Amino acid sequence: MDKFRMIFQFLQSNQESFMNGICGIMALASAQMYSAFDFNCPCLPRYNQAYGLGILLVPPFILFLLGFVLNNNISMLAEEWRRPQGQRGKDQAVLRYMFCSMAQRAMIAPAVWVSVTLLDGKCITCAFCTSVPVETLGNASHPSLSQGDMKRVLARIPCKEIYDGQELIANEVAIRYLRCISQALGWCFVLLMTTLAFLVRSLRPCFTQAAFLKSRYWSHYIDIERKLFDETCAEHARSFAKVCIQQFFEGMSTDLAAARCH
Amino acid sequence: MDRFRMIFQYFQSNSESVMNGICGLLALASVKIYTCFDFSCPCLPRYNMAYGLGIMFVPPVALFLCSLILNRQSLVMLEEWRRPQGRRKKDLAVIRYLCSSIMQRAMVAPVVWIIVSLLDGKCLICAFSGSVDPENFVGFANASPVQVQQLLAKVPCKDDELMRNNTSRKAVSRYLRCWSQALGWSILLILIVAAFLARWLRPCFNQATLLQARHWSNYIDIEQKIFEETCCEHSRLFAHKCILHFFESMRQEIKLHSFSLPREGEGAEGEDDLLQGITGQDQVNKLLKMWYYEKPPL
Repeated sequence: MDKFRMIFQFLQSNQESFMNGICGIMALASAQMYSAFDFNCPCLPRYNQAYGLGILLVPPFILFLLGFVLNNNISMLAEEWRRPQGQRGKDQAVLRYMFCSMAQRAMIAPAVWVSVTLLDGKCITCAFCTSVPVETLGNASHPSLSQGDMKRVLARIPCKEIYDGQELIANEVAIRYLRCISQALGWCFVLLMTTLAFLVRSLRPCFTQAAFLKSRYWSHYIDIERKLFDETCAEHARSFAKVCIQQFFEGMSTDLAAARCH
Repeated sequence: MDRFRMIFQYFQSNSESVMNGICGLLALASVKIYTCFDFSCPCLPRYNMAYGLGIMFVPPVALFLCSLILNRQSLVMLEEWRRPQGRRKKDLAVIRYLCSSIMQRAMVAPVVWIIVSLLDGKCLICAFSGSVDPENFVGFANASPVQVQQLLAKVPCKDDELMRNNTSRKAVSRYLRCWSQALGWSILLILIVAAFLARWLRPCFNQATLLQARHWSNYIDIEQKIFEETCCEHSRLFAHKCILHFFESMRQEIKLHSFSLPREGEGAEGEDDLLQGITGQDQVNKLLKMWYYEKPPL
């Protein structure tokens, strides 16, 4: 039992740091994935927006789901939620606490992806290049084009090699403008996320501290109880197997002894 | 008890060093983020100042909030501040001490960002290129006011077609960078002198109160950590008892319902208490089913 106690002590004290570690690794993985990803804007009028916004919003959603999948406690939450009531009451506050703490950790990698994408600027440049204010930034002396032609020309802004609207609006000017907007959005997003995290963390002791301590204790308890039960079952299975095998060998040796006598 | 003593000593010695470590890591992260960040000034008249000053001041705010979030002591301080008085008096000096120590550590990363951006110079060049006096620079002295504003706004962009070989652009850029670096070094000097004075003069004022506040703030921190540790230990023992009780009640139920005794006699004696009298496949299945469908009351 001493060995079990040490193992459980380690798991319990390190569970939070283990979860935080996974969270940090996923955030770094998300930044690394973005830098490894080869962004290729299609430079076509309707496709640009779909591609740019898709790259901005779809991977965070996948990372969020992955955050839940990689979290060991999701099955514990599901089990506690779906079990029949029986003799033990169900506490909704505990379920809410477990879900909130998992959701908070799962939000970090998507937030990192969105921040890195916005601060880099390629997605917004691709998605909104057709909305650049040509009247203010472009050359006023250029003859006006039809809407469709204008959009076709502006859609090629992210692709410098095929851009042919240098007289309409300089490529660098447009890209600088879009990137400035994107980075401003990115920093605002970072500020918003840190402010929200700060508020969530600091308002809790002001309002619901007693309920929080209770939920945290019982969610730890459920987790430990499940682990201890699994360990006890494993021990039981080991002993059961040992007894069965010993009986088998004894049976075999009696059979062999009986056969030798004859 | 020995284990508890080791844990106490660990928390005692490492609480300050853990926080200092986090503070240092955030400062390094702040420098790294600044160097990785691709600064691109928009080079447009009104946008320059907003962008330049935004990059100089918005990330420090985010870093400050991040430091507060990552610092465990901020939670301890808030809990101590908001708790109902109860039987333990509240000492405002302790809360003030905690608050000031948290703030000091939280200010390091933002200050590092601001100083690095001033020493680098790009933010200030971008923000104030439109505000220099064009009379002082030969290339801009003879243009109309509107044109001057447009040209000055493009100074931070070296690759712009208008600015590529313009010597006055380099002059404006050097001038602004000089101011930026002077400001950066001055701020650094002032901060270091202030920190030095604060640390050197502190023993002259209220040393006894300070020692008391530091002791009790340390105490509150450790007390909370030990409470959490004890709760974990308690929940582990509680779970252990609960499971043993469950196995025992299952054994009794099986004994009641089946007439044949479990075959414990032939197994090794040491395995008995582990098997708990559950020695058949259907018995194990029943146990597992009962565990899911009817967990024992707490």
